[in-house]
Amino acid sequence: MRRLWSAAALMLILFTVLVAACGKKPPVARPTPPPPPPSATASRPPAPPEPVSEPTIVPAEPVQDDAISSASLDDLNRTSPLKPVFYEYDSSELSPDGQRILDANASVLKQYATWAITIEGHCDERGTAEYNLALGERRAVTARAYLISLGISADRLRTVSYGKEFPFDPGREEAAFSRNRRAHFVITAK
Amino acid sequence: MSRTIFTAGPTTRGLRIGTAAVGVCVAAALVTAGLGARGRQQPVAPPTPQQPSEVSTTISSTEAGAAPRFAVPDFIAVPTRDGRPADAETIEAARTIGRVLFDDLSFEREFSLIPRDVYNSIPTATSLDDVPFDRWREINADGVIVGTVQKTDTGVRVEARLFNVRSRQAAFAREYSGSIANRRLYAHTISDEIHQQQRALRGVARTKLTFNSDRDGERMGGTVENRGVKEIYIADYDGENQRRVTTQRSLNINSAWSPDARSIAYTSYRRGAPQIFISNIYQGTLEELTKGVSGQNWLAAWSPDGTRVAFSSTRDGNSEIYVANRDGSNARRLTNHAAIDTSPTWAPSGIQIAFISDRTGTPQVWVMGVDGLGQRQVTRESYADRPTWSPAPFNEIAYAARTGPGLDIRVLELASGQVRQLTFGEGTNESPTFSANGRHVAFMSTRSGKSQIFTIARDGKDLRQITRTGNNYGPDWSK
Repeated sequence: MRRLWSAAALMLILFTVLVAACGKKPPVARPTPPPPPPSATASRPPAPPEPVSEPTIVPAEPVQDDAISSASLDDLNRTSPLKPVFYEYDSSELSPDGQRILDANASVLKQYATWAITIEGHCDERGTAEYNLALGERRAVTARAYLISLGISADRLRTVSYGKEFPFDPGREEAAFSRNRRAHFVITAK
Repeated sequence: MSRTIFTAGPTTRGLRIGTAAVGVCVAAALVTAGLGARGRQQPVAPPTPQQPSEVSTTISSTEAGAAPRFAVPDFIAVPTRDGRPADAETIEAARTIGRVLFDDLSFEREFSLIPRDVYNSIPTATSLDDVPFDRWREINADGVIVGTVQKTDTGVRVEARLFNVRSRQAAFAREYSGSIANRRLYAHTISDEIHQQQRALRGVARTKLTFNSDRDGERMGGTVENRGVKEIYIADYDGENQRRVTTQRSLNINSAWSPDARSIAYTSYRRGAPQIFISNIYQGTLEELTKGVSGQNWLAAWSPDGTRVAFSSTRDGNSEIYVANRDGSNARRLTNHAAIDTSPTWAPSGIQIAFISDRTGTPQVWVMGVDGLGQRQVTRESYADRPTWSPAPFNEIAYAARTGPGLDIRVLELASGQVRQLTFGEGTNESPTFSANGRHVAFMSTRSGKSQIFTIARDGKDLRQITRTGNNYGPDWSK
């Protein structure tokens, strides 16, 4: 019943819009015969709204959804929807920026509730290889704990530390170091 | 005078000749005994000299306190027993053995080796019986090592004698036989035995290094990313005979020799999370120390008797030190602190373990009993990692310390608390490991551009580059 009413209301709005639009037309196109079109629209109001409202909106979302869920794990991880979190030197504390990124990652993980991920801890090259293994683990664990606090199931989140074994940027300046101090998210199952 | 320090009971092991599958037969009764009963063999004086030509005497310099001057010419390729002249292979082997022996003897710096070009003009002896002693006397040599290489039906026969140039008597005489393929090993064995006999010093010419390397440029398979693999390698102490041990195309790091040098424990990421594996390199078998254990497991360190392994693990949520039997059973946790505890190393006595903890805010070296009790901090650096306890008679811990933008190798003398430094800001220097006699340290350095393995004497002299291809990390020196 309510739907019927709202449909009627929609039609009424459309009708008035059309009338208004047509009302503006006359000054521009005066030489052509104006009287027949207004009378024609007035006689059949239900025709135009039907094709306009639905078909454009509905396909848009499913197509986007498929791009992510149909991508292979390799492609998905190459342009990952899960953004890395960066850390300060010799620290595993989450910055406000890091928390924002994890908030966004958490909502992606909620949207794709079947995904399982591995959180990799990475370090820059300034520390020693041995200690960095433990530091990287600590970074991964901090990110994991934060995601769990946002309601992501612990079963979906594994951690691994690579220490300084796999730098993302081989450079030896602070810009490279700061890119390498990260928790990196890898989708391992979907 | 300082030499007297090294006389405190170094152990000899004839074992390694056999383990390298060479089958070098050693004529001397002492070494044959060592071969039969492998493992730790206290040096025992041979009951009766087997060879009358050998006089148990040490060669000293004419100047008091100076190292004796030795000449080590190329070995002599002699005709076979049935009279055929030495072939090219024998001549090449004879030259190699002489030169490797020269390098081996100079490594310990116990003898002053006369540069080879000084005696280029001295005619080569044709056998052990016509050594031109007058000529060696002219260049002021105290000792000369003369050796022969002879092809036999089964391989090769190598004889070596160390002559006292003044008395013209042999102070050392040995005979070996085996395959010609292992020519360097004859030199290493002769060097170790001369150091033992002349200086009561445990030489390290037959020890080996293990490390990890990306030299093959292989990429990791799998879903994640295009990452390079690291594999475990071994090499002779001088960098020769580099060989790959693992082939998993994965990340393999933290390799560590078992005390008998027959197994290597290492960390592998082949299962995803890092686990500790033990590769028995002469049997070709693999054991998994942390099989089925959750968390990250790293940095295995063998107990001095080889029966237990200390390592660090996050199985209880945080990096802690554990000790397990070598088959993985009876794992016990030694540390219990919210900070990072990692990088264990055993004291040679087997009753203490040094490790790294950042419980004071920065990573520092700590020492505890093997039961986990009596934990105390021993370094006050801005950053310290990878402690390595020296063998006896030294009581030192080497570690990597932050000294500026990079790291340098420092050594803490435990009794006095004094710290000395071996490297000085050339590149970054990490992962020190002591040689079996405590007189050398191997470590990783970026001083030549890439990451490479180097050795250096314990006084900071005699730097030698061991690896040159790819990047190489995390050395460990066999005992």
